[in-house]
Amino acid sequence: MANFDEELDASGLNCPLPILRAKKALAGMDSGKVLRIVATDPGSVKDFEAFAKQTGNELLESGEEGGKFVFLIKKA
Amino acid sequence: MEEKKLAIIATKGTLDWAYPPFILASTAAALGYETEVFFTFYGLQLLKKQLNLKVSPLGNPGMPMPMGMDKWFPILLTALPGMEAMMTAMMKKKMADKGVASLEELRELCQEAEVRLIACQMTVDLFDMDANDFIDGIEFAGAARFFEFAGESDICLYI
Repeated sequence: MANFDEELDASGLNCPLPILRAKKALAGMDSGKVLRIVATDPGSVKDFEAFAKQTGNELLESGEEGGKFVFLIKKA
Repeated sequence: MEEKKLAIIATKGTLDWAYPPFILASTAAALGYETEVFFTFYGLQLLKKQLNLKVSPLGNPGMPMPMGMDKWFPILLTALPGMEAMMTAMMKKKMADKGVASLEELRELCQEAEVRLIACQMTVDLFDMDANDFIDGIEFAGAARFFEFAGESDICLYI
C-alpha cells in the first residue's frame, strides 16, 4: 500500500459516518495530501467510489486488509 | 464543479423516519451539495433540543421485531401498553451496536456542514410549540421560503 499523510479509523461506524468523517478529515488537509481510511462497513466500498467521483478527490486505492476495507484518497 | 442543490421536506416525527432526512442531508453536504431541510408537522419533533422520538410496531408490518416476533406475534398485541417503549429501546440499542449514528450526532453534523434547517412557522403556531424548545441555528419560515430554494434545486424529496 502506498504512502499516506493522515489516517482515519472508521471501523465500527455505519453509513453515512465513514463518508462524513472522511470529508471532515480531508477538509483539514492540504491539496495533494493523501488520507488513508480504514472501515468495516461493506457499503463504504461503493460509497467511497461515489464520494471521490462527486467531490473530485481522487480514490488512489481501494482494497481489503485483514477483513477491513482500506481506502487511499488524495485531496483535490 | 458547480454546486448542486438538495431540498428535503421532513414530515414525520418517529425514530425510524427521523433518520432519512438527516442521513441524506449530511451526506449530500459532504458531497458538496447545498442543502436545505424544511420541517413541517410532525417533522418538527426532529428539531427539538430534547429528542424524545419513538418507533411503534403498531401499523408497521414491515418492521423487523426481535426473536422473530413479527412472524408469530398477533398484530393486536403490538397495541399493548409498553410495546412502543420496548421497541424503541430495542431499536436504539440495535443502532448503537451496529455503529449507526445517533440522531443528535447526525443533526450536529448537518449543522456543522451548514445544512440549513427550517422550521415551519405555521406548524409551530398550530400546535402552540415554544420556539425555545428548538435547537439554535434554525430558521422559522413558511412555504414560500421553501420554494425559493426548492425551485432551484436539483433534487427535491418529500419524507
